[in-house]
Amino acid sequence: MSAPPSPSTRRREFLAGCRDEAPILLGVAPFGMIYGILALGAGLPAFTAQAMSSIVFAGSAQFIATQLVGSGAPAAVVVATIFVVNLRHALYSASVAPYVRHLGTAWKGVLAYLLTDEAYAVAIHRYLRDGDHTEVSPHRHWYFLGAGITLWASWQASTAVGILLGAQVPRSWSLDFTLPLTFIALVFPALKDRAAAASALAAGATAVLAFGLPYKLGLMAAAVTGIVVGLAAERASS
Amino acid sequence: MSWILVLALGGLLTFATRLSFIALLGRVETPDLLRRALRYVPPAVLSAIILPELVVRQGAVDLSFHNQRLLAGLAAAAVALRTRNVLLTIGVGMAALWVLQALAAR
Repeated sequence: MSAPPSPSTRRREFLAGCRDEAPILLGVAPFGMIYGILALGAGLPAFTAQAMSSIVFAGSAQFIATQLVGSGAPAAVVVATIFVVNLRHALYSASVAPYVRHLGTAWKGVLAYLLTDEAYAVAIHRYLRDGDHTEVSPHRHWYFLGAGITLWASWQASTAVGILLGAQVPRSWSLDFTLPLTFIALVFPALKDRAAAASALAAGATAVLAFGLPYKLGLMAAAVTGIVVGLAAERASS
Repeated sequence: MSWILVLALGGLLTFATRLSFIALLGRVETPDLLRRALRYVPPAVLSAIILPELVVRQGAVDLSFHNQRLLAGLAAAAVALRTRNVLLTIGVGMAALWVLQALAAR
């Protein structure tokens, strides 16, 4: 069945994307609020904290940038850290690239901007469902757009709520601990094979040993060590 | 120093990363080594952030039972391994930390 291109199928794809992204918002909204609270606590002005959510638009990088700003790291370290933490998005970019190849520059730009962990997870599931059969629906990029915009809007809104609440949350609640907890939740399911586990272990140990380095440069050293160990372990096991 | 400029640069680099292969596909081949190396970025970077947060207290490595964040983090890791549920992992980790803090304050 090949549906003729019409506004209604575009709309249907868009709304399906919004709907499929919705359950993920349950997990995303609290992070947005916590980010807003922590950003104010680190001394960022409300406007800057909100702007980071639309300019950088990457939860984990924003958490870490906030932490670096709070500990007085220089600007270059903040920029370099955001870059390294977000390098994983290159993977998502490579993964969706074949499906958006036929689109124009503006579409590619918008979808790239919306390519977060959560939007990628939902969009790639839709693309993989009907494989290479583009004739099933020529408007799957509208689905991607719907998922991405839904996540974007909820991230902006929850950041704003966090900023509004920020001043009223006492330090004794230790809300900053949600950062490592979030990452624990993300990293353990990702340790599918020995090489990934070796990479994580090496990076973690390096980060602890290099903790004394100024400006969290230990994070960079640890990331590089982890990648090299992961590649070596992969080679050793093959 | 305006943090807005820093964020603009960080945001631009993030956007460039996300656009990279979408824009390049069909024009250049992805080097195999790069693709394999990128696989290890998430576990390496995330672990490098997690471990010091749990283990380094007040500027020194603390592996004792008095380290509340280490114990709460281990509880959260157990939940993450078993359930793969993000909200539950965070919930259990925070609850464990609060209980340990309350016990220590008695």
